[in-house]
Amino acid sequence: MSAVLQNLVNQPYKHGFVTEIESDIAPKGLNEEIIRLISSKKNEPEWMLTFRLQAYEKWLSMSEPRWQNVKYPKIDFQSISYYSAPKPKKKLASMDEVDPELLRTFEKLGVPMHERAALAGVAVDVIFDSVSVATTYKEKLAEVGIIFCSISEAVQTHPELVKKYLGTVVPVGDNFYAALNSAVFTDGSFCFIPKGVKCPMDLSTYFRINTEESGQFERTLIIAEESASVSYLEGCTAPKFDTNQLHAAVVELIALDNAEIKYSTVQNWYAGDEKGIGGIYNFVTKRGLAKGANSRISWTQVETGSAITWKYPSCILRGENSVGEFYSVAVTNNYQQADTGTKMIHMGRNTRSTIISKSISAGNSNSSYRGLVRIAPTAENARNYSQCDSMLIGNQCSANTFPYIQVNNNSAKVEHEASTSKIGEDQLFYFLQRGIDTEEAVSMIINGFCKEVFQQLPMEFAVEATKLLSFKLEGSVG
Amino acid sequence: MINQNSKTLLEVRGLHANVNGIEILKGVDLTVKSGEIHAIMGLNGSGKSTFAKILAGHPAYEVTAGTIIFNDQNLFDLEPEERARAGVFLAFQYPIEIPGVANNQFLRLAYNTVQSQRGKEELDPLEFDDFVREKMKLLEMSPDFLDRSVNEGFSGGEKKRNEILQMALLEPKLAILDETDSGLDIDALRIVANGVNQLTNKDNATILVTHYQRLLDYIVPDYVHVMESGRIIKTSGKELAKELEAHGYDWINTDDRGNTAGVRP
Ligand SMILES: Nc1ncnc2c1ncn2[C@@H]1O[C@H](COP(=O)(O)OP(=O)(O)OP(=O)(O)O)[C@@H](O)[C@H]1O
Ligand SMILES: [Mg+2]
Repeated sequence: MSAVLQNLVNQPYKHGFVTEIESDIAPKGLNEEIIRLISSKKNEPEWMLTFRLQAYEKWLSMSEPRWQNVKYPKIDFQSISYYSAPKPKKKLASMDEVDPELLRTFEKLGVPMHERAALAGVAVDVIFDSVSVATTYKEKLAEVGIIFCSISEAVQTHPELVKKYLGTVVPVGDNFYAALNSAVFTDGSFCFIPKGVKCPMDLSTYFRINTEESGQFERTLIIAEESASVSYLEGCTAPKFDTNQLHAAVVELIALDNAEIKYSTVQNWYAGDEKGIGGIYNFVTKRGLAKGANSRISWTQVETGSAITWKYPSCILRGENSVGEFYSVAVTNNYQQADTGTKMIHMGRNTRSTIISKSISAGNSNSSYRGLVRIAPTAENARNYSQCDSMLIGNQCSANTFPYIQVNNNSAKVEHEASTSKIGEDQLFYFLQRGIDTEEAVSMIINGFCKEVFQQLPMEFAVEATKLLSFKLEGSVG
Repeated sequence: MINQNSKTLLEVRGLHANVNGIEILKGVDLTVKSGEIHAIMGLNGSGKSTFAKILAGHPAYEVTAGTIIFNDQNLFDLEPEERARAGVFLAFQYPIEIPGVANNQFLRLAYNTVQSQRGKEELDPLEFDDFVREKMKLLEMSPDFLDRSVNEGFSGGEKKRNEILQMALLEPKLAILDETDSGLDIDALRIVANGVNQLTNKDNATILVTHYQRLLDYIVPDYVHVMESGRIIKTSGKELAKELEAHGYDWINTDDRGNTAGVRP
């Protein structure tokens, strides 16, 4: 099924443009020249090129991390092409032209109609007036002074903001993949909420219409000024495919005094087939800086896809009374591997953080929670509560928990709870004996298990995530 | 209530079954007609729960020989959930805990699934809430149990009551109550027994697995069977339970350990 889907979604553009496309792909390999090429293709100012080159310098001196609990063959970074011109997508005239198999999958997942259209490559204005939706959306945001565009566009239109904040939370040399991303990123989102503005709607990449595919090195920067707030949604539940195996994104969030940023992700990249062949390597650096007093950064993630997931959305709690939250559900099946968790760095006084991590492993998969809670000497009265629950389905999978706690201030209070459970044959039989079928039983058990995380998701997202999980785990029990 | 003209609801013949390659059931024969109440007694480990779970279709047990006809259907043709929907209900000896799943949600889903199977009306959460509360009154159960996770942290007796609550909701054709009386206090035993009595009628049947006469004082069986080493070795009327209680299982003389067991007198 996955392979069929992959073909469906990744159907190459059938007519024309072949030569044009080929001529616009940079030769494989990474060197200074390629970086200059990317920067000039994007018509970037000098400081942006400098940023990239500095990152590249750092990257050259670094080596690929190996401490994470995942296994994969060595990546040849010189065999990747780091720039290709935006591809024209094939547009279908109506939903009737979409492969029915694909539609059935969307149906099953409960993907909303407008998303289905976009994903299947139907010209969206056939389904609804996308131009007017996008325009209304943009107008509404502009009225209150919110900037929401692609990061390439922001570099051109708001260079002072990008320059001021880019790389301040995740420095160019932060880690191997962040350095690589900083050197070669091609696109991503930029979002700026000015002082005192509460963003009137959830911002989602889906509505950032007119942007091309962000490619494998995506860069996101979100800034909430004093007393501003925003809820940002990334990804969607529909299966997502890409011919690039390596994905190394960087996301930076900055919250000033009394500001609030809520970042929700549903990740469903291609996970490889049931034998573990193929699938995306998803190596992501996500970090939020709760810079101002009383600021709040909240990460919610539902990670279901990718062959390998390796990410730790983190919070640096610098402002007094600032709050960091991490709510995560990670599902692995077949031969998927996930090493995910968070870092809560308490620096300010009275800072608080909450970590709720739920991992569900099935098949031959492996899931690790890795988390760091650090209380700096300056963090008077810091509080952390962590809860890490693992659920195993079947006997071939495994789950690990690696909590690291560093407390350098005696007034801190740090709590950690962990549990491992199993969906047992007898639990399932209890449902069956009451007339409830396996699929519904698993979905009920899983939803019960993930409740605290799903509650954090925006309503529509939560409903989709629920279905997605059942879909992912279909057939893995009983 | 015995009525020779009643329809045969369950017919078990020569049932053999293994678990992990060990033979546990070695030729069980049993006939149950609608309207009847049967008690199965027997030493620990004699195979009573195994038999009950096989009727419900538990995947851990492998049937190696024999037949089971339930309500004119080959029971082996039905998946466990289909058996439940067809009216086979098992009140477990050890009801399992299901953390994170709210009891009311679970009960409603079970109820609606079985209702829709019978072509009857399903209830929305509000309607169901009223409905289930009425049933709980019957069993003198606090509505607090609705919001808790299924069986999680329930006391032994509370779990048993929750089983009978499910029986009351699902109105099975064949109810198998596996030691529902163990763990119940004296008042609870009476309440639960009353509940079961109210649910029995001429169209359904009940199999009670028990070790004690005191349950049978409340729910009077039409037949009492003794199981030993995976077979029913003696079948008699309700007085058999009292005799067993007075004399123990050794009292059954060797003549009874023959082949006629399980076949009605
Ligand atoms: N999964 C299993 N693996 C091995 N042996 C099993 C398994 N399940 C049941 N048995 C064995 O089968 C035999 C019958 O067990 P069963 O639970 O049916 O007895 P019972 O008559 O219900 O006893 P009790 O009165 O104690 O409830 C026992 O010896 C038990 O140990
Ligand atoms: Mg038993």
